[in-house]
Amino acid sequence: MLGNEAIARGAWEAGVKVSAAYPGTPSTEISENIVKYDGVYAEWSPNEKVAMEVAIGASMSGVRALASMKMVGVNVASDPLYTVSYIGVNGGLVLVAADDPGLYSSQNEQDSRCVARVAQVPVLEPSDSQEAKDFTKLAFELSEKYDCPMMIRTTTRLAHSQGVVELCDRVEVEDKPYERSVPKNVMMPAMAKGRHVFVEKRLKDMSEDANTASYNKVEWNDTKIGVITSGIPYQYVKEALPNASVLKLGLVHPLPKKLIADFAAKVDTLYIVEELEPLIEEQVKAMGIACHGKDILTIQGEYSANMLRKAILGEEVKTEEPAKVPARPPILCPGCPHRSTFTVLNELKIHGAGDIGCYTLGAVAPLNVIDTTVCMGSSISTLHGMEKAKGKEYIKNWVALIGDSTFLHTGINSLLNMVYNKSTGTVIIMDNSTTGMTGHQDHAATGKTLSGEATYAVDLVDLCHALGVNRVSVVNAFDTEKLKATIKEEVAADEVSVIISQAPCALLKTNVSHKKCYALSDKCKKCGMCLKPGCPAITKNSDGTIRIDETMCNGCGLCESRCKFGAIESREV
Amino acid sequence: METKSIMIVGVGGQGTLLTSRILGGITTHAGYDVKLSEVHGMAQRGGSVVTFVRYGEKVNEPIVEEGCADVLIAFERLEALRYAHFLKPDGVLIVNDQRIDPMTVVTGAAEYPEGIIEGLSKKYKVISLDAMEEAKKLGNPRVFNTIIVGVAAKHMDFAKEDWLTVIEKTVPPKTVEINKKAFEAGFAF
Repeated sequence: MLGNEAIARGAWEAGVKVSAAYPGTPSTEISENIVKYDGVYAEWSPNEKVAMEVAIGASMSGVRALASMKMVGVNVASDPLYTVSYIGVNGGLVLVAADDPGLYSSQNEQDSRCVARVAQVPVLEPSDSQEAKDFTKLAFELSEKYDCPMMIRTTTRLAHSQGVVELCDRVEVEDKPYERSVPKNVMMPAMAKGRHVFVEKRLKDMSEDANTASYNKVEWNDTKIGVITSGIPYQYVKEALPNASVLKLGLVHPLPKKLIADFAAKVDTLYIVEELEPLIEEQVKAMGIACHGKDILTIQGEYSANMLRKAILGEEVKTEEPAKVPARPPILCPGCPHRSTFTVLNELKIHGAGDIGCYTLGAVAPLNVIDTTVCMGSSISTLHGMEKAKGKEYIKNWVALIGDSTFLHTGINSLLNMVYNKSTGTVIIMDNSTTGMTGHQDHAATGKTLSGEATYAVDLVDLCHALGVNRVSVVNAFDTEKLKATIKEEVAADEVSVIISQAPCALLKTNVSHKKCYALSDKCKKCGMCLKPGCPAITKNSDGTIRIDETMCNGCGLCESRCKFGAIESREV
Repeated sequence: METKSIMIVGVGGQGTLLTSRILGGITTHAGYDVKLSEVHGMAQRGGSVVTFVRYGEKVNEPIVEEGCADVLIAFERLEALRYAHFLKPDGVLIVNDQRIDPMTVVTGAAEYPEGIIEGLSKKYKVISLDAMEEAKKLGNPRVFNTIIVGVAAKHMDFAKEDWLTVIEKTVPPKTVEINKKAFEAGFAF
């Protein structure tokens, strides 16, 4: 089972009844798996804040509830998270935060354990798929025992690694009775003061109990080297230092101080092995215990056994030099509608304030359209900020670029702000009818729920009108002439405008193309225009003509539209 | 038994995940502890992708490190070159003799290296085949990866019948027969 499948299984076995999430690598498969189990209501919420609040509501009503998200999603959900920490739970409440050390698919490398520490939320960190399942169940028990939301912190390496998992049956947990309690559930100043006292005591109690709890364990071996570790780094420690003594923490916040002090006293040299921030290390040092950590190990990226062998044992592992080879960064797929929109913008020499999605790839050569990317929904508000700073003429060669799912996530507020505060910018919603990058999840405009049921699909045009945008146009993303004319007209207009550049994701199963493009070498003038959109299906022959890979091409016709000499022809197949 | 390490490398979208599921299936079927590490998300969009499979009595580390792979399965030539240094000196490299230009080559920022397989053959035991061509002969170019699994199977200690059982369980139901044929073709290579 993938770590994420194991978390879904664990939640189901723990009797969870409600699950809410917004897709984000590496957390997406939790929801995609939990929805397959009977007895669980699971949804894609429009963003992580909503998902967190849905889970909080479910917990308040007395059932066990799960929210899952990637680490930057936890930022979006941090407002409810910080306060539900005070409120606590009725039914068990668990948040899965999926970190991405090594930045496989994220915009930063933040450490969710730090967020949890500030929010005063306890954190469990599993080290393989079996523990991912076991700790999820444990999290629900601890949540109810200590009246607190629990965080499970995973990383890409755990979430997307498969390991053997022993399955158990579901335990049907009885719903807790709901009782009105204003001091506990209504966080206004007077109540929150009281709850803050409770929160501090709760963490102290947990820290004390963690000294003897089974989720923290000491593996005694040779005492020359002692290691405190948790999560995936535990596996690297076992691989690299099989003879070392290890204190493996299951609960990484709050820390079991007595257990740590006792362990440290019995080993000659103490090492703290944790990926990303020195969260454990700094607390151990604050206890007055000498240890090594980030002085010999990096704060960035993932660890490995060889890295530990080198840093701790001084063993240099000799390996062959890697060959010098051209980089292969990710690119938009053949037939991707975003490529068409970017090609037009590139030809118009327009800058893009970008956002989070596959289309972030529009920043790199040969498309070179996107200039900025911060976080979900930021494209629209950053464009607005530029206009307010530099005036409306300054952004006449700028647009905001945002996907349909991202627009519904946190773009709506920003567009409302543009209208309210009298911007004149143009927003292009690159509507591919799905949440693309995370692997095709439905959202509020697709007409389908996570469980596949038909539902109301919000109309993006109506939505923009309702926000006060008068100029809303819908253009087929592959109709490059119309798209070009529309963009020219809208960026010139002196009020907010939205262009919905529409065509389904080329990888959607419902989007089957029956066309392919063919290169006619006798007509080819070797001008290279067809290569400019950067379609991976097209390569140059040694004589300067081009060939189109039949297995990759999906016949979108963008290259055909760029060729002035009729040297590319699309045909039905 | 010492833990065995296998790597599958290729270009996002080539189907490395399905292949790793088959390898995960066969090692679990044989009763080993197994860990399999994949990359999802943005890297799957035409980028260089790598999957690790480790199996044995008890597996700790889920990744394969430089110089530690027993078998390296490369779905594309350039990717074989990129990851060849992960092989043990006596490791086996199985490479699909296909060229997919990365965008850095298409835009002219870099050149696609020549003579990759010849160069690698001087250092490692290399088995190369044009699996795409073989798959086209079978009538479905998409099963090229199962042909490669068949080739790799010759260098691993599992019974052919077990491979076929696992393939049947792993691939989409409609494609079981063609995938079994593809495996047989690779196994006979």
